[in-house]
Amino acid sequence: MTEMLEISDLTVHFQINQGAIEAVDHINLTIRRGEILGLVGESGSGKSVTSFAILRLIRPPGRVVSGSVHFDGIDLGSLPEEQMRRMRGAKIAMVSQTPRTALNPLLTVGRQISRLLMVHAGLSTREAEKRMLEMLRLVRIPAPEKRANQYPHQLSGGMCQRVMIAMALATSPQLLLADEPTTGLDVSIAAKILDLLRELSTKTGAAIMLVTHDLGVVAEICDRVAVMHAGQLVECAPVRDLFHNPAHPYTKALVRSIPRVDRDVVLEPISGSVPSLINPPSGCRYAGRCEWTMDRCRVSRPPMVEAAPGHVVACYGFEERRVTC
Amino acid sequence: MSLVEIRDLQMHFPLGGIGGTLARLRGQAEPVLRAVDSVSFDVEAGETLGLVGESGCGKSTVARCLVRLLKPTAGSVRYAGKQIATLDAQAMRPFRRDIQMVFQDPTASLNPRLSVRSMVEEALTLHTKFDAKERRARVEELMHEVGLGRDLLDSYPHELSGGQRQRVNIARAIATNPRFVVLDEPTSALDVSLRSRAILLLEKLREHLGLSYLFISHDLATVKYLASRVAVMYLGSIVELSDTRDLFAKPLHPYTRALLAAVPVPDPDARRDDFTLAGEIPSPIDVETGCRLRGRCPLAKPICAEKPPLKEIAPGRFVACHLVAELSS
Ligand SMILES: Nc1ncnc2c1ncn2[C@@H]1O[C@H](COP(=O)(O)OP(=O)(O)OP(=O)(O)O)[C@@H](O)[C@H]1O
Ligand SMILES: Nc1ncnc2c1ncn2[C@@H]1O[C@H](COP(=O)(O)OP(=O)(O)OP(=O)(O)O)[C@@H](O)[C@H]1O
Ligand code: SF4
Ligand code: SF4
Ligand SMILES: [Mg+2]
Ligand SMILES: [Mg+2]
Repeated sequence: MTEMLEISDLTVHFQINQGAIEAVDHINLTIRRGEILGLVGESGSGKSVTSFAILRLIRPPGRVVSGSVHFDGIDLGSLPEEQMRRMRGAKIAMVSQTPRTALNPLLTVGRQISRLLMVHAGLSTREAEKRMLEMLRLVRIPAPEKRANQYPHQLSGGMCQRVMIAMALATSPQLLLADEPTTGLDVSIAAKILDLLRELSTKTGAAIMLVTHDLGVVAEICDRVAVMHAGQLVECAPVRDLFHNPAHPYTKALVRSIPRVDRDVVLEPISGSVPSLINPPSGCRYAGRCEWTMDRCRVSRPPMVEAAPGHVVACYGFEERRVTC
Repeated sequence: MSLVEIRDLQMHFPLGGIGGTLARLRGQAEPVLRAVDSVSFDVEAGETLGLVGESGCGKSTVARCLVRLLKPTAGSVRYAGKQIATLDAQAMRPFRRDIQMVFQDPTASLNPRLSVRSMVEEALTLHTKFDAKERRARVEELMHEVGLGRDLLDSYPHELSGGQRQRVNIARAIATNPRFVVLDEPTSALDVSLRSRAILLLEKLREHLGLSYLFISHDLATVKYLASRVAVMYLGSIVELSDTRDLFAKPLHPYTRALLAAVPVPDPDARRDDFTLAGEIPSPIDVETGCRLRGRCPLAKPICAEKPPLKEIAPGRFVACHLVAELSS
């Protein structure tokens, strides 16, 4: 089989006083070997929670309510915690969205990377040191020998970010969950980091889930794109298809709302805001913001249907329009 | 008089570590990291000045000197005509309400033990005379303005997504109606829609309250939209300062050209200018003499061994490059 990651029917809730926050709702998603999947969607739509759930890092009051995650054929949910921990260090890596807080403030950055290499790749102290410097160089940290001896607070925001990326790539993972990996970075370095990611996927066949809200980045390196809205997957398509023929009204709005340097566009924020995820409406969660809303949109949740080969969308309005024209 | 005037700002950090100790023992000058070297610019009242440049070039350090979280090694920072570069914490206090900052790392800058409500309210308690009821109303109004639902008011930072945290930071910074706000990557954690919304909000505040911003971002599309002028930094110095329109229409400094050429465009079929810089980014620890871009610049000439001054080559347009200066004269 070529599926590296297979998420079926994943649902994650956070129980708080006012009720359950339905952060991720019945999501199905696969990523093939060597494929880069972009996961996009508004802030709070459940992208990070999805990656944490894959790694089994949802902590109370959070709970995986349903679903399974298979990695390379292995049901991650069934692994004992000890094996899962090994998986996280060696085979599945994550670049977290909060680089500075994800690094250990009490260890020099060099030490953090070499320690990881010693524990998870079984390298000797000297080998680990060598590979660590190589990694820092790869993510374009200047004067790596000197930087390796510094603590996170002595580095700039973007450098911390790159240290995290170096750490994630160090063990050549088979699955990389990169949560906003280029967000704190300037464009030229971001481009280099994207090259590294692409290289990881083409050379080693790693699967990458790239969580981002930057559609420029998506256009640049993703093979396929999955769009999340308010905890649900609303559309998934090959990258060209998604940009040229977005099917879901939310995706259309997303594509329209991008500020660009190459043209002067009027900013068009998507109207309305993400609905509250506590007792969300039972039908389509976009109904309160959608220009196509019909009665049945409010009643039941639209199923995923195929819009084109490899392109699926969950929207009644789309189906309606397709039939009529 | 400009609202903010920075002259020859320098910020050097001691490198520490073994090198530092050895140097001290030998009675030599301790090696330093020259994060900011001789930076000068003005921010006018009601203006948005963009500050862009490679990661690690010193943008956040400039920002932190400006809001006086750092004491600059040398140089002057004037706010409304008053010198604040050398003030101590006590003397800085009256300026805190006027000068606010949104930090680059939204997570690290929020107190994990305070709820969203308490954090935003804290700013109001410290800097305004609002009573409890007024504070409550103001907090709710702010939440609405930054697009956060009321149901998040009692959440703690770890319960929020990255973008939600960033919006709490923005709400906190604008709570006290400041006059000057340093925005360090304020929109990078936000998705396109919220980003557009945040941009429109910042613009509205600027227009209504006459706010001024120093807007730091690597997101050039947003800079283009928000800033009236842009300063481009490279390795601790400003290499180009220009009206935004002119800068994007025709970047002059080789670094600016490369920077703009690298911007990804949200179109898988787009073509772009491929002006690129060779080699690796040098480090501010062992700085080359002369033009700092020399080792990477495809246009470098022998004259570049001398440091190019930041020269006004057209009205309001400053460039620090020997070749550009020559061509334009
Ligand atoms: N520990 C938690 N407790 C309660 N709610 C949580 C917790 N973690 C996440 N949530 C909620 O789950 C929802 C989804 O959050 P998530 O972090 O996945 O968003 P995201 O899509 O990554 O957004 P962003 O682009 O802003 O990072 C949010 O509404 C958030 O408030
Ligand atoms: N407290 C500190 N101690 C030592 N060095 C520091 C400290 N703070 C910053 N630096 C150094 O100063 C330089 C400039 O850092 P700064 O954070 O200003 O960069 P930046 O332009 O904001 O980059 P980014 O885009 O990555 O945030 C970097 O080389 C960094 O390592
Ligand atoms: S299902 Fe209905 S409400 Fe939801 S996006 Fe489609 S048309 Fe709009
Ligand atoms: S001064 Fe010389 S090296 Fe520096 S940017 Fe100009 S041409 Fe390039
Ligand atoms: Mg997130
Ligand atoms: Mg910074």
